[in-house]
Amino acid sequence: MSADTTNPVFKSGILRWIDDRLPILSWGYDEFVAYPAPKNLNYWWNFGSLAGLMLTIQIVTGIVLVMQYTPNTTMAFASVEHIMRDVNYGWLLRYAHANGASMFFVVVYIHIARGLYYGSYKAPRELLWMLGVVIFLLMMATAFMGYVLPWGQMSFWGAKVITNLFSAIPFVGEPIVTWLWGGFSVDNPTLNRFFSLHYLLPFIITAVVFLHILALHQFGSNNPTGIDISKKDKIPFHPYYTVKDSFGVGVFFLIYAFFVFFAPNVLGHPDNYIPANPLVTPPHIVPEWYFLPFYAILRSTVYEQLFTPLGIFAWFGITAKLMGVIAMFASIAVLFVLPWLDTSRVRSARFRPIYKWLFWVFVADVVLLGWVGGQVPTEGVVWIGQFATLYYFIHFLVLVPLLGKFERPSRLPESINKPVLGGAPGGAQAQPAE
Amino acid sequence: MADAAVRSDQGGVGADGADPGTRRDFLELLAWSTMGVGAISLAWPLVASMNPSADVLAVSSTEVKIDGIPEGSAITVTWRGSPVFVRHRTAQEIQEAEAVDVSTLRDPQTDEERVEKPEWLVVVGVCTHLGCVPVGNRPTDNRGEFGGWFCPCHGSQFDTSGRIRKGPAPLNLVVPAYAFEDDSTISIG
Amino acid sequence: MRYRLKTLLAAGGFALLSSALPCLGGPAAAVEGEEPLLKREWPSNGVFGTFDRAALQRGFQVYQNVCHSCHSLDYVAFRNMELLGYNEDEIGAIAAGYTVNDGPNDDGDMFERPGRASDHFPPPFPNAKAAAAANGGKAPPDLSLITKAREEGQDYVYSLLQGYHDEAPEGVTVPDGSYYNAYYPGHVIAMPPPLSEDAVEYADGTPATIQQMSADVTQFLAFAAEPTLEQRKQTGVMVFLFLILFTGIFYAYKRRVWADVKKH
Repeated sequence: MSADTTNPVFKSGILRWIDDRLPILSWGYDEFVAYPAPKNLNYWWNFGSLAGLMLTIQIVTGIVLVMQYTPNTTMAFASVEHIMRDVNYGWLLRYAHANGASMFFVVVYIHIARGLYYGSYKAPRELLWMLGVVIFLLMMATAFMGYVLPWGQMSFWGAKVITNLFSAIPFVGEPIVTWLWGGFSVDNPTLNRFFSLHYLLPFIITAVVFLHILALHQFGSNNPTGIDISKKDKIPFHPYYTVKDSFGVGVFFLIYAFFVFFAPNVLGHPDNYIPANPLVTPPHIVPEWYFLPFYAILRSTVYEQLFTPLGIFAWFGITAKLMGVIAMFASIAVLFVLPWLDTSRVRSARFRPIYKWLFWVFVADVVLLGWVGGQVPTEGVVWIGQFATLYYFIHFLVLVPLLGKFERPSRLPESINKPVLGGAPGGAQAQPAE
Repeated sequence: MADAAVRSDQGGVGADGADPGTRRDFLELLAWSTMGVGAISLAWPLVASMNPSADVLAVSSTEVKIDGIPEGSAITVTWRGSPVFVRHRTAQEIQEAEAVDVSTLRDPQTDEERVEKPEWLVVVGVCTHLGCVPVGNRPTDNRGEFGGWFCPCHGSQFDTSGRIRKGPAPLNLVVPAYAFEDDSTISIG
Repeated sequence: MRYRLKTLLAAGGFALLSSALPCLGGPAAAVEGEEPLLKREWPSNGVFGTFDRAALQRGFQVYQNVCHSCHSLDYVAFRNMELLGYNEDEIGAIAAGYTVNDGPNDDGDMFERPGRASDHFPPPFPNAKAAAAANGGKAPPDLSLITKAREEGQDYVYSLLQGYHDEAPEGVTVPDGSYYNAYYPGHVIAMPPPLSEDAVEYADGTPATIQQMSADVTQFLAFAAEPTLEQRKQTGVMVFLFLILFTGIFYAYKRRVWADVKKH
């Protein structure tokens, strides 16, 4: 049976009977068993299936946690403690779910970085990339609302601060915030709707993930060389990538398990073990680590210091508060149009000598933004944050478009086998950990 | 399904000359079994979490004052979320319960086995058919042909010892563990 | 080969950075207290950490005799004391020493009864307002989660209990009814120094110094914050052993499966 088989023969008569009438079996077989994948994928390609696994773990642990959790402001905190203390393995489920969110973001950030480095967003995979950004946005909404549910101090004040972002919208801002809250403050109605949406969104994510896979399989996976490859350079997903991904799962679970069992609260915040108190704000509010870069962009956009010239916008009714919100959303919106901002005809950074470095500078910039997001915004921190914010947008809006025009890519191989045989530097030596 | 064929497509005999099949087959079995063990271990906490939690298991006894129950009546108290009937039986009810020929019963039990003190009958008020709560605590209720309880759902009839006498229920009403703290107090559980 | 090394380095770097991020953000708030916390190697720390039963029992004595007059322990039930090494009868006796509100009874009245193993520790004040009114306007915090609700919780509690100075340093004015504490954020704390030498008489005869009592009650509170800690760490060790095996097997299997592909 060759890799591109579309018509598997099921040995069992029952399976054949079902498949004739409802071809989900052959669909599953084509997409997840026979799917022809490039044979030169490196370990950065493990993170797609890892993200799928994390989504599954979050949904499964979440469903069981909901059986014990109570979405009511007077009982939510206590019900979480009930899970931690009295429910059989409740501590495991909750720690796996809370740290699972962090791990999900680690995986997805690496997955996104992989796409950026190897040009996986470029034609003909634009929609695949954009669906990925949709998943990322949905994940952020889900994670944010999930963090509110334990109803600790950080839950409450996080909910308050983030929903207040919408008050920056001119004219309709205040009514929108009141509508989001279902009252005049973050309170029981807010908690209940967040709970409802936190349960709903993962299933919408799942649906978009299927579209993401559908789009992926239309043109097949990109590969480290970024060139289009022929059928003979593809191998069936099973057993080659099922086995390789399983090995990756083992390594990844070692890290995940370390957090769950030996450092379960390191990624959280102590203030969230204090029940929500609407009358007292904690001295230092920080979002979860995975939001810090975006939080930094939000906070850095004040009409002071480096951004003083932006004050001109204030004449048109765009306040600094609104500008911060716009900048934060723009930082993700820019990802949607990235396929058209990048003018280079070469996909993989492996053959783009300058972009290769710009990629790492960009990664460093995001990490720097993350650091800024966790600091008390003193003057120095704001300066750094403004420079980092500015660079974030310069990267996408100036450097990436110009680079496509001026960079001279190194010579592309004709097929992925060539560089291996020639031993050319930067070739498709694809199994780094062998 | 596809592995064997693909392997030969890729030009597969091991260069070491040894038959690669045996080790691969063993590894294959070992690897996927380990995966199976892992998946089951992952699933176990999810399943176990749905068992009663420590606080539910801890709340297990209920104290009941019985001195206010008139003869011929029963009261309902809650124990582990279910109703428990405590019935102050009349001399005639006791006599009826004791006179039954045990061998004719569907779930044979003597009245003596079901009570601590003959005047007091304590049973879980849940029909053993499908879990409805039978009526008959007040003398004015429909107590069925046998003077005990009558289940409104499917017509099971219980006698003055809470034993099933007629209808679909397979077993007698359950007698919970209980003890007399003193003459006027029992503790259930 | 060169490429392989670079990949590994990058992966490691990324992992480090992402796990370091919260740490970078975190301590900013705690830095303000100039005096570094008093540190201790707590027996529950580390991969194989367990609670020290004797210390927990002593700490419980301190909580009972000192803290409980103002601080509640809402999320801890008497039955949890089993983990301290008490048997069922001892737990029943401990519970019976407390009065618990229950009801309503058949007459519709609330009533008091001795505690049972299934009860939680009764709070010292009927509600938060009463607690605030009796304590100069600020309710003493519940202690069930205190070691998880503060940065470096155990060291913080341990330090705070020993951090009282009779004389505030120059430049710090301590208002009446407040006290100077070297480790409390802002240094002015409403809680009077709770411990004094021999404030409790330990059942096991350990001399009740302030340091000893601080260490013991800190460990008791760490237990109160997470009674499942030992179960978590023991499970974790098993999970790690399994995962190492799993990863090793799949590494070998992966090499085997991929051996054909590499040969081009």
